[in-house]
Amino acid sequence: MATHEFAAGESHPHAAPQGFIRKYVFSLDHKIIGLQYYFLGLAAVFVGMFLSLLMRIHLIWPTAVLPFLGEIKPETYLSLVTMHGTIMVFFVLTTAPQGGFGNYFLPIQIGAPDMAFPVLNMLSFWVTFLAFLTLLASFFVIGGAPLHGWTGYPPLSALRSSGPGEGLGADLWITSIAVFCIGALLGSLNFITTTLDMRARGMTLMRMPLTTWAWFCTAIIGLLAFGVLLSAGILLLMDRNLGTSFYLPLGTINGQLTGHKGGSPLLWQHLFWFFGHPEVYIAILPAMGVCSHLLSVGARKPVFSYKTIVLAMLSIVVLGFGVWGHHMFVSGMSPYSGYAFSIPTMAITVPSAVLSFAWLATLWRGNIRFTTPSLFGIGFVSLFVAGGVSGPFLAQPALDIQLHDTYFVIGHFHLIMAVAAIFGIFAATYHWFPKMFGRRMSESLGRWHFFITLIGTYAIFVPMHYLGIAGHPRRYSQLTEVDYLRDLIPVQKFITYAAFVTIAGQLIFLFNLFWSMFRGKQASDNPWEATTLEWTTATPPPHDNFGGHTPVVHNGPYEYSVPGAPRDYVMQTDPAAVKAH
Amino acid sequence: MGLLLLVVLWLITFASMYFFVAKVWWFPPGASAVSAAFDHQFVNTGIAMGIVFVVAQVGLGILLWKYRDRGKTSRAQYYSGETRPEILVLVFAALLFMTTDIGVDLLGGHLWAAERFRPAAPNAVQVEVTGMQFVWYFRYPGPDGKFGATRPELEDASAGGEAALGLDPQDPASKDDVVTGTMVVPVNREVEVILRAHDVIHSLSLPAMRFKQDAVPGLAIHMHFTPTQEGDFAAVCDQLCGLGHYKMHGIVKVVSQEEFDKWLAAREAEKQ
Repeated sequence: MATHEFAAGESHPHAAPQGFIRKYVFSLDHKIIGLQYYFLGLAAVFVGMFLSLLMRIHLIWPTAVLPFLGEIKPETYLSLVTMHGTIMVFFVLTTAPQGGFGNYFLPIQIGAPDMAFPVLNMLSFWVTFLAFLTLLASFFVIGGAPLHGWTGYPPLSALRSSGPGEGLGADLWITSIAVFCIGALLGSLNFITTTLDMRARGMTLMRMPLTTWAWFCTAIIGLLAFGVLLSAGILLLMDRNLGTSFYLPLGTINGQLTGHKGGSPLLWQHLFWFFGHPEVYIAILPAMGVCSHLLSVGARKPVFSYKTIVLAMLSIVVLGFGVWGHHMFVSGMSPYSGYAFSIPTMAITVPSAVLSFAWLATLWRGNIRFTTPSLFGIGFVSLFVAGGVSGPFLAQPALDIQLHDTYFVIGHFHLIMAVAAIFGIFAATYHWFPKMFGRRMSESLGRWHFFITLIGTYAIFVPMHYLGIAGHPRRYSQLTEVDYLRDLIPVQKFITYAAFVTIAGQLIFLFNLFWSMFRGKQASDNPWEATTLEWTTATPPPHDNFGGHTPVVHNGPYEYSVPGAPRDYVMQTDPAAVKAH
Repeated sequence: MGLLLLVVLWLITFASMYFFVAKVWWFPPGASAVSAAFDHQFVNTGIAMGIVFVVAQVGLGILLWKYRDRGKTSRAQYYSGETRPEILVLVFAALLFMTTDIGVDLLGGHLWAAERFRPAAPNAVQVEVTGMQFVWYFRYPGPDGKFGATRPELEDASAGGEAALGLDPQDPASKDDVVTGTMVVPVNREVEVILRAHDVIHSLSLPAMRFKQDAVPGLAIHMHFTPTQEGDFAAVCDQLCGLGHYKMHGIVKVVSQEEFDKWLAAREAEKQ
């Protein structure tokens, strides 16, 4: 794993393009591609959030007639469920943290002029964009978007007559995911190669910022996981269109023979969750990296035990591939396998607990600056712990059977994976915005956004645990059919009201983002007094990142409040010798 | 700001915990042999995780308030977290967590084993449960103790009952099979459930029995539970099965053995 050393003046991989199309559309520059991914994620998150708003409205006012949309029918509700999940998991949680910030900042943080394969990088974005358009197209075909949920369990997802949306809509949905997988695989290759081969002189692996470590770990997971989902998706398309029976046993639908036999619905679940559980870490690892990074910047202290954090993240990569069966305790899988899967599931809580402990210890005896990025980093810790403690209930097969497919699961994964990862995205946005756009975001709007989102998130997702304990199944479009669910409607109402407020709070963010882009205060090159390489470049960074020279790294990434140092931070490029960690 | 964060985090923590501890919304009262042990295991896990949650959130609040930036006079202390005592603290935290987690898992293991590692008792009441969009059918083998053959090509969902299951009238064993839309079982006797699905995956959830199992096309999944209280209990579908998923619910009636026998005999008589 030799570090590639660039000689001074050797760092021009390609000349800066001049035309608009090559500069901003089909760009090879990792920074522009990062922004493209980020804005794709931003568009997707608002679409996904709008869908969840419609879901929440429908749940408590099932007969409401909405402007332009009319009344939401049960099948439409399930399409919203499916598309909300798919958009959020793939096009937000996978796209923005890794494709967006990873693309923009990984090369700069390791002192590289670009990604290893710029053309591949451009391709991976445009393939992802194509996948997004394909997914959205399913709303506009006959039958509408599929209703099989983001997990797409066959036979529901494999039989055209199993419901509205399971025709062309479902084909588009699977195609979109398959195309997305190709983009994600290309991206993963690029991230891994860049991290291993493009580091500047002195940037040893153990001097990489934890953000870079997190993107690197995420890319490894992506490389191993997306290939499996791609294959699974192709088999599903074949079952639907070519008459194969990978997932379909002998069966009927509406009393008619399906014409398939010999397949296993459980095969899909194994393949899907072999991808699906590592996907959770694809979403959350970048946020872990950002949180570790920003708490250190905010607390003006070295991150607590850098090596342990790296080790914990690597062990999550390994263990993450051994736990998929915990999604299948009630699936009909062998109960012995079920119990076997519960042990690594419990074990994977250990690195997560160690990380949480390290974050708290990073704050201990710090001098915490409550900037907006710090606030979101702190919020991440709180949410990660809150979502984490419900994990050991679900990891125990005997307890999981009661909670499986109830709102308890929805509450759990939204806290630990979805909103925690979103907090990572927010933290990263507030932190790196000055570098990306040369201006500052409003701190006071940022604080309002933080408090509304933090309190709102808890108000939405904690009550879902109570619903789940009371036995409320997920994916029910009407709550009036089952007696005991009627008693839970007040909780559902509370959640919807909380969602209104929280969603309104996101408009503050949107305003702050675009207003600051054009009207924000000019930013200096290093407004947070941070140490890593991106803060040594011009703002925004030039085409080749470092203006023709290549940085040489002398220090670790978290040298804050070093005794005897003139300032409370030592840049990675400062020659002042700091004893290595 | 540090104090504000402390107050917000503490309020969130205590409000969240209150509704758990007060059990404002809770499991329906248990009505099966495993429910007491299940509830016990859930509460034990809840205590362990509740402590972790409260300690972490309260601790986070204190750290934020205590170590806030106080202007020019304050400065952070340099800790790498990589000296031997610091690493030992991390290792201790990891071991503590691992012991708690795996310990809790092992403690609950017997519950899982009791439900799934052994087959149903020989004298269990057999009920075949079949899910199809969007209805459950329950079949009893009748006096001969044998389920008659079913054939997919005979299925007629719109006709309901036996025809919906595709029961083969040529098979002598099917003559006395009873098919109903409500599950009736005797109290204090093990019930062997054989789960099937015709079209897509469904999941039979009986919250009061602490019972849930997917019904998967192509598989016959054998499960068992023992109801310990008479009464009507909710049965819902817990696996997304299509647009009528929310409508796929029913009742499990737990009655005395005599009532059960009488009910089954009456159904047999209706058939003749």
